[in-house]
Amino acid sequence: MASTDVAAPAPAPATPGPASTLSAAQAAQQRMEDKAQVRRWILTAPALITVGIFGILPLIIIIIYSFLKAAPYGGVVWSPSVEAYVSFLFQQDIFTDELVFSPDFLQIYLRSFVFAVGTTAICLLLGFPTAYFMATRPPKQRNWWVLLITIPFWSNLLVRTLAIMFIIRDEGLLNNLLIGLGVIQQPITMLYTDFAIVLGLFYSFLPFMVLPLYASLEKLDFRLVEAGYDLYASRPKVLFRIVIPLSRPGIIAGCLLVFIPALGAYVTPLILGGGRHLMIGDLIAQQFGSGRNWPLGAAQALILMSAVLVALFFYVRASTGKVKHG
Amino acid sequence: MASATKGVDLRTQFGFHTIAVVCLVVLYFPILILVVFSINANDLVAVFSGVSTKWYEKAFFNEEFHNAAKNTLIIAVSATIGSTIFATLAALATTRVAPWRGQNSVYMVINLPLMVPEIITAVATLSFFALLGRTLGLNFGIGNIILAHLVFCIPFAYMPIRARLETMDLTLEGAAADLYATPFKTFWHVTMPLLMPGISSGAALAFIVSFDDFTITQLIAGPGQTTLPLYIWNMIRRPMTPEINAISTILLGISILFILISFWIAQRRKAG
Repeated sequence: MASTDVAAPAPAPATPGPASTLSAAQAAQQRMEDKAQVRRWILTAPALITVGIFGILPLIIIIIYSFLKAAPYGGVVWSPSVEAYVSFLFQQDIFTDELVFSPDFLQIYLRSFVFAVGTTAICLLLGFPTAYFMATRPPKQRNWWVLLITIPFWSNLLVRTLAIMFIIRDEGLLNNLLIGLGVIQQPITMLYTDFAIVLGLFYSFLPFMVLPLYASLEKLDFRLVEAGYDLYASRPKVLFRIVIPLSRPGIIAGCLLVFIPALGAYVTPLILGGGRHLMIGDLIAQQFGSGRNWPLGAAQALILMSAVLVALFFYVRASTGKVKHG
Repeated sequence: MASATKGVDLRTQFGFHTIAVVCLVVLYFPILILVVFSINANDLVAVFSGVSTKWYEKAFFNEEFHNAAKNTLIIAVSATIGSTIFATLAALATTRVAPWRGQNSVYMVINLPLMVPEIITAVATLSFFALLGRTLGLNFGIGNIILAHLVFCIPFAYMPIRARLETMDLTLEGAAADLYATPFKTFWHVTMPLLMPGISSGAALAFIVSFDDFTITQLIAGPGQTTLPLYIWNMIRRPMTPEINAISTILLGISILFILISFWIAQRRKAG
């Protein structure tokens, strides 16, 4: 180390004495820092290059695709156009060639939004009490509960959706049971309805709500709850004035983790909606398959992405807001 | 605590216990039904008439199932090995050091696949490989799927490894260096063994997400590249027999096995 210091050209030879040795030491430190920086980039390079080429570049490509013209049988024609965005809102009239406002796609976006908000609300309504109950168990029991919620969290979404389908089909378990009990004569149609989609979304994403809520509630200082009771607060008052405000980060995180995948859901409406009850995810996939209008599909994907970014923006603002208020 | 003074646990809220149990039942009942009907002797999915393993036998002797299982394993194992190595290297560079220029960007890039809805990743990757094929004539076959999986497996492998590194005892590595171990020796004999729980936990998660992936694989898979989830999807569209329950149960079983491994490692880490 010392020899390299000597060999290094002094950066400021004009100033003699201690100043020059100081700058030599600084230069040495700078070199070490540079070396460390090079090492970090080498270590992170494989991950960054992989995500960069096969994760980020494809996103850039669909941004470009959304501003191109559609080729007749899938793919794109390389000439710039805003056709995709125009056809998101307007349709060409067959007779007059005029652009007519067509809310078809907008309606599907609105439906998906309503489904996603509804799913988030139901998940929160049932997930919060569950997470609170888990957090107030003795530590050993807590681990079991966490495991039981973690298993569906990581389990195959397709298989779980299939399981729901088996239960709510016309000849499924639920209808058979109700007919067997004499409650109904004819099976109630549940599969391929809006109800089926929301049920499926709720079932799929409930663990995504419970786990972050639990993580937040587990850290809750329950002495504050006691203090509330000491000051003659009722149980609901303690819940709404102490527990819920303190678990806000968990609530926000949980809502986001349910809302974003629910908004872009693909598997659930595909299986439980039966293709007739579309959501954004299936609409996009259709443009890349049977619909064969890639630029339109790319534009639809980017509009969904913007909605997600808006949600993330509110998340960041809400979570930094929390810090400000203490 | 409160329960000692007042005789009741003040923390309990009315009805929360019931809701928690209802949630558990809702989460597990459909899965349970799926499993029960996989050992159904009847040819109809909806009618249960005695126990039989014939649907498992049928699945095991089905060549399509073999091919799908083979493809799934090739993809999941490659994606797991690749993503775990990449995530470990990246975690070593982004933890336990003074914050460096670009660290936040690295962190964001690695976690990006988690923030983009899966369907968008799917159509973007499809467009990317289509363009690659058309302009450069490049098609890696099943490698296309492996590369796509690698991207979303990296953040899942990265998280537990990073968490482990952050709580690791730095003094042990210092001690090794004091005893004249070379940096490589220190890394191999001290850092790696300590990091192993994080690495295996990360690898288990990467395996699960690759093994279970449907959306992205479905959009980019070419002919003959059927994976197990795609195989199930193809079965849904045909007249259904309990064979679909048997295959679903196998898939579920494998996921649960890996979840338990990951969970068990995490629990031991806490205890130790």
